[in-house]
Amino acid sequence: MPRKAINLTCKVEYLSILDETGKLDKKLDPSIPDDLLLRLYRAMLLARRFDERMLVLQRQGKIGTFAPIKGQEAQVGAAAVLEPGDWLVPSFREMPSELWRGKSMESVLFTYGGYNEGGYIPEGINNLPVSIPVGSQTLHAVGLGYAMKYRGDKSVAMVFFGDGATSEGDFHEAMNFAAVFRTPTVFMCQNNHWAISVPRSRQSHSKTLAQKALAYDMPGIQLDGNDVLAVYAGAKEAVDRARSGGGPTLIELVTYRMSMHTTADDPKKYRSEKEVEEWEKRDPIVRFEKYLRGRNLLTDAGVEEMDEDVRNEVREAEERWLEQIGKGVDPLDMFDHAYAEMPPSLRAQKEELERELSEKKR
Amino acid sequence: MQQLTMGQAVNQALREEMLRDFNVFIAGEGVGVSIHDNPLMPTAGLLKDFGPERVKDTPVSEAAIAGLAVGSSVMGLRPVVEIMFNPFVTIASDMIVNHAAKLRYLSGGKSTFPLVVRMKSGAGFGAGCQHSHNLEAWMAHCPGLKVVMPGTPADAKGLLKSAIRDDNPVVFIEDMMLYFIPGPVPEEEYTIPIGKADVKRVGSDVSIVSWSKMVGVALKGAQILAENGVDAEVVDLRTLLPLDRETLLTSVRKTGRLVVLHEATRTGGFAGEICAIVAEDALNSLKAPFRRVTGPDIPVPFSPPLERFYIPDENNLVEAVLGIM
Repeated sequence: MPRKAINLTCKVEYLSILDETGKLDKKLDPSIPDDLLLRLYRAMLLARRFDERMLVLQRQGKIGTFAPIKGQEAQVGAAAVLEPGDWLVPSFREMPSELWRGKSMESVLFTYGGYNEGGYIPEGINNLPVSIPVGSQTLHAVGLGYAMKYRGDKSVAMVFFGDGATSEGDFHEAMNFAAVFRTPTVFMCQNNHWAISVPRSRQSHSKTLAQKALAYDMPGIQLDGNDVLAVYAGAKEAVDRARSGGGPTLIELVTYRMSMHTTADDPKKYRSEKEVEEWEKRDPIVRFEKYLRGRNLLTDAGVEEMDEDVRNEVREAEERWLEQIGKGVDPLDMFDHAYAEMPPSLRAQKEELERELSEKKR
Repeated sequence: MQQLTMGQAVNQALREEMLRDFNVFIAGEGVGVSIHDNPLMPTAGLLKDFGPERVKDTPVSEAAIAGLAVGSSVMGLRPVVEIMFNPFVTIASDMIVNHAAKLRYLSGGKSTFPLVVRMKSGAGFGAGCQHSHNLEAWMAHCPGLKVVMPGTPADAKGLLKSAIRDDNPVVFIEDMMLYFIPGPVPEEEYTIPIGKADVKRVGSDVSIVSWSKMVGVALKGAQILAENGVDAEVVDLRTLLPLDRETLLTSVRKTGRLVVLHEATRTGGFAGEICAIVAEDALNSLKAPFRRVTGPDIPVPFSPPLERFYIPDENNLVEAVLGIM
């Protein structure tokens, strides 16, 4: 009965391609075509401006609580790897990825403005609605992957979640299922260092979150989550592997939530300004912009013009949203969609409200 | 007509629907290779006939089993997953209550979740309260779900086939005691609509409303009552959500008396809902107060002699009915 070491191959890589000054590591260049680089930059800028505008709307009382994404815009690098037939399974901090996949800004405003319509999935866009119970959506992504495999369909499900979600049982059950059934699922953990008011250091005793992949015998990698090139390259490797039957991957995007958890809290109460300042130096947009300027893909005038253009797009979306909500909604619509066909008991409740409304009109 | 137990009837329904539609697959703990190796269990023989891709044994992971159903049904598959025992649904309930039941609504009807979650319920096996706990009232409190609890093998087969074809998530609860009691099941293809109650015995003096295993108890009670000159009607709800109010109210308006019989504990039990509906819409028809015959408000005792006291029987029912005659 010897007591001996079992040799496991354990390796967690960290990948960063653009440093904080925007300098590229040429050996690791994912060779993204110029037009895609510019589209990625624009998507990040749009997400930043839209996020800023939503914060104003929230402070004005025009929309309700939402989770700002400032600092986490480089996630679009991962969404950009997906094909239209793939599925994006978001948590509540993936507005940039949802927009990349075709969700409209009006629809985001509908959601946080409290309209049911916000969750509606437009035809042809494979995004699940935002999942609120932390980590629960990881299980949906495994189910989606299972169905893709069952059908022999070469699609991939990419699920986003935060560092806090890795403490949930759902995350571990999902990782285990995905590994056992080798589903085409890409687990995309946005480690933004704060789960509401709990820091990463008190969320998990593990040195990295990516290493949790080892327990399930799937590849795990840590990416510089503020470097859109690294996010793109790492996601592409995982998506390609999943698509070709190589099973799931856990990716940890090391990033930072530069703003509050949601508009309902004040981060000054639980973290230092100094920490935030340190991370501001690693701003994903600033870094990417420096790189693109260095390559002459962006100029002062180009940046100005794009920013103006993006601000207009946000304004126009807000106007369309205001116009639509100005038309009012039919309260009776709230009974629709609970069931594929309305049960008689629910119909009776709808009729009850209908009577109430018509009495009010009289 | 063939005589089948409920386990065999469920097995036939699964088999027929899997043959009919490739999108139907089964997953759960031991649904393929089972410790029981008992031909009366619902998934017996399916692995051999349909293979491991369509009959998937899973890790012991209830939340993931229910999550598998949610995620795969978005893609148009029709998963029939099994949670071994009703109390274990607590571990899977976020997936069922917050996701299966609500995602269709949240997506504006764009995504549908045509899934079935089967689970065993019922006391009577000396298995203790963590195996035996009837939680149907919890499930029936979740809009977006359908909750089915058949009382006979024939109903189980027809209702399960409907559940699999239904575009809504269906919680399908089978009382394990019924797995071993044979009953007639039609040979030809049939389905039974979800949301329709069934009058199992026509009577004129009192309406006994019940479901699942307690339907058999209700029928035995009605026999004893008949010998005592009371003509009882037995209404088997079969589906709790959506509820067939019409059949319930028609029966109570006719008989003027109501006794609700269920195995689950009383406080917050579904009998309360039945009585409330009757009080709201048929109070003037009542000739006497309604009564509830249920399990007491305690966890199911482990000890078999105590467990027998816990489960309502025909004598408890007869006494309650005679008390309002």
